[in-house]
Amino acid sequence: MRIHFKTDYRQDLQLFADWQTFCYYLIAFVAAASAPFWLGEYLLGEMTYVLIWVIAGLGLMILVGHTGQVSLGHGAFLACGAYMQYNLIEAGVPFLIAFPLAGLFAGVIGALAAVPALKMSGIYLAIATLAFGIIVEDVIILLEHWTGGIEGVYISSIMIFGIDFDRYAGGLEPYAVPGHNFYWLCLVVALLATLFYRNLLRSPTGRAFIAIRDSEVSARAMGVNIARYKTLAFGLSCFFTGLAGALLAHFLSAFNYEAFLILISIQMLLMVTIGGLGSIHGAWFGAIIIGMLPVVITIMREEISSAMGLGNFTIPGLDQAVFAAVLIAFIMIEPLGIYGRWLKIRTWFQLFPLAKKDMFKRHKSYLKTERMR
Amino acid sequence: MDPFQLLVGGIANGCIYGLVALGFVLIYKATEAVNFAQGDLMMLGAFVTMTFVNQEWWDFPFIPGFILAMLVMGVFSYLLEFVIIRRLFGQPQFAVVILTIALGFILRFIAGAIWGHDPQSLEFPLAGESFHIGSIVVGYDEAFVILVTAVLTSLLYLFFARTRLGIAMQASSQNQLAAYYMGIPVKRISSLIWALSGMTASVAGVLFAAKGAIDPSTGLLGIKAFAAAVIGGFGSLPGALAGGLIIGIIEPMAQFFAPSGYSQIAPYAVMLLVLILRPNGLFSQVFQKKV
Repeated sequence: MRIHFKTDYRQDLQLFADWQTFCYYLIAFVAAASAPFWLGEYLLGEMTYVLIWVIAGLGLMILVGHTGQVSLGHGAFLACGAYMQYNLIEAGVPFLIAFPLAGLFAGVIGALAAVPALKMSGIYLAIATLAFGIIVEDVIILLEHWTGGIEGVYISSIMIFGIDFDRYAGGLEPYAVPGHNFYWLCLVVALLATLFYRNLLRSPTGRAFIAIRDSEVSARAMGVNIARYKTLAFGLSCFFTGLAGALLAHFLSAFNYEAFLILISIQMLLMVTIGGLGSIHGAWFGAIIIGMLPVVITIMREEISSAMGLGNFTIPGLDQAVFAAVLIAFIMIEPLGIYGRWLKIRTWFQLFPLAKKDMFKRHKSYLKTERMR
Repeated sequence: MDPFQLLVGGIANGCIYGLVALGFVLIYKATEAVNFAQGDLMMLGAFVTMTFVNQEWWDFPFIPGFILAMLVMGVFSYLLEFVIIRRLFGQPQFAVVILTIALGFILRFIAGAIWGHDPQSLEFPLAGESFHIGSIVVGYDEAFVILVTAVLTSLLYLFFARTRLGIAMQASSQNQLAAYYMGIPVKRISSLIWALSGMTASVAGVLFAAKGAIDPSTGLLGIKAFAAAVIGGFGSLPGALAGGLIIGIIEPMAQFFAPSGYSQIAPYAVMLLVLILRPNGLFSQVFQKKV
């Protein structure tokens, strides 16, 4: 195990604990940034999709993982971002201005939604947000003038300084596949969001969020303004989700309310849970699993059907069922998510041969009613 | 259309929502867990009953088939708790929520694989017949729904208020460790409550199928039942029923009076309103702890 012996205050402020950690992330970054050169068009599209989910997942992680407020209606904020982006772009606003504005719009809506949410907790909050998500679904259909109603809308492509960032835009031929510009755009946004998140957690604001998650009563006793920080958490979370929504709008090109069904909200929540609540890595891992699982299932289905000579068979709902089974396995075997498992494996190697099985054993906890507060 | 006529249909629908909500509340009362798969259990119960009762399947008489399906669902839910949910003992409430959402997906998939995705109807002996109260037509199925719900709710209420087992269930909800010290077999209690809730869901499913067709996605009705449970205040049995009735009555009224497109959001809007005004529901079960 590496021991960090700090001799300087600047070491506390470093983003990476040491040069080894920095190297790992550098390798991951290089691999991600060069993906358009070694991935096919289909897989690159899937990777772009994953990156969009990463941004949305980071947003939800602030709320669920670090502030402890469960939201089952985040698809609504995805929709806010997407439709705001559409309206701004179609009004001729340049992308670099429209994009933050779309996020900001979702953030403001989120902060407004936080006002009634302040009084709720636990299951009531989850259900209230679920209802909010369902209502927004219908509101999208009703606001036909802005959202195109049931038929949906078609969004124009992104132009930044004359460069086409469309999903299918080429360039750099013959080295990279179409869509690389959009991929890089998503990558940059995801990295900036991660960086912001990382710094947020090291700031008083982030510590206040965590204090609220761990115990609202103690947080209040420590002088944390619960209402203010909860609203801020909602706002920030929805800001990120709105940004993801704006990118999703461009990714889908043509979309309607079906892109933001309540199932999407649930999927987002499952994503951060599988990844590992309360860690930035968790948002990334979760997004990768969610984005890649359908691809893997499709490939496996093709493999199996061709191996057994079944032809092209489909079972409706199979994808979701497999996904759900994976999720159940995770919750039962590894409640801390992929990041938790990753920590265990890493610690085992770092301490080898001194790792003990009980190092990560949880304290036995017994349930007490929420109805006594 | 006579508003009172709408009221009858609304009350009958509301009873079904109320019964599903009762299932939520039962589990919540005893184990503090929220079962998002309750609607899917209801769907499963309806399909199992259909398998027993319908002619093209096993063609049992209605009442024995109904009771048999209830028992099957009870055993199924017991095993569900025993095999899966119990592993989450002591984990945060949120984990169970996620788990049951995933379970719902799987149940829907299984039902779709066995019974297909087309809407099917239960052969209900009283279907299509009706009687009149003044100018209002009341279907026997609607009367049946209301009657069964009333009986079941009062039975459950008495069960929780009077019997040893019911009180043990409440105790294990309030503090598992303390209940365990008092000699209550907390684990078995939580399995039993799931069985009870599965049976309630089965009844709700039959009542739902008696009034219309069922398909695997019927379980999504659970979300509306959720709204009902929340309006009533999670953890209150009469509250769940009241919430169900409110939702059930609002729905047809909104369809009748509100412009089209706005009506389907009415139940959720009402629920949000209740939550904003009374964050713990109408029949609040939250007590301030004294320090």
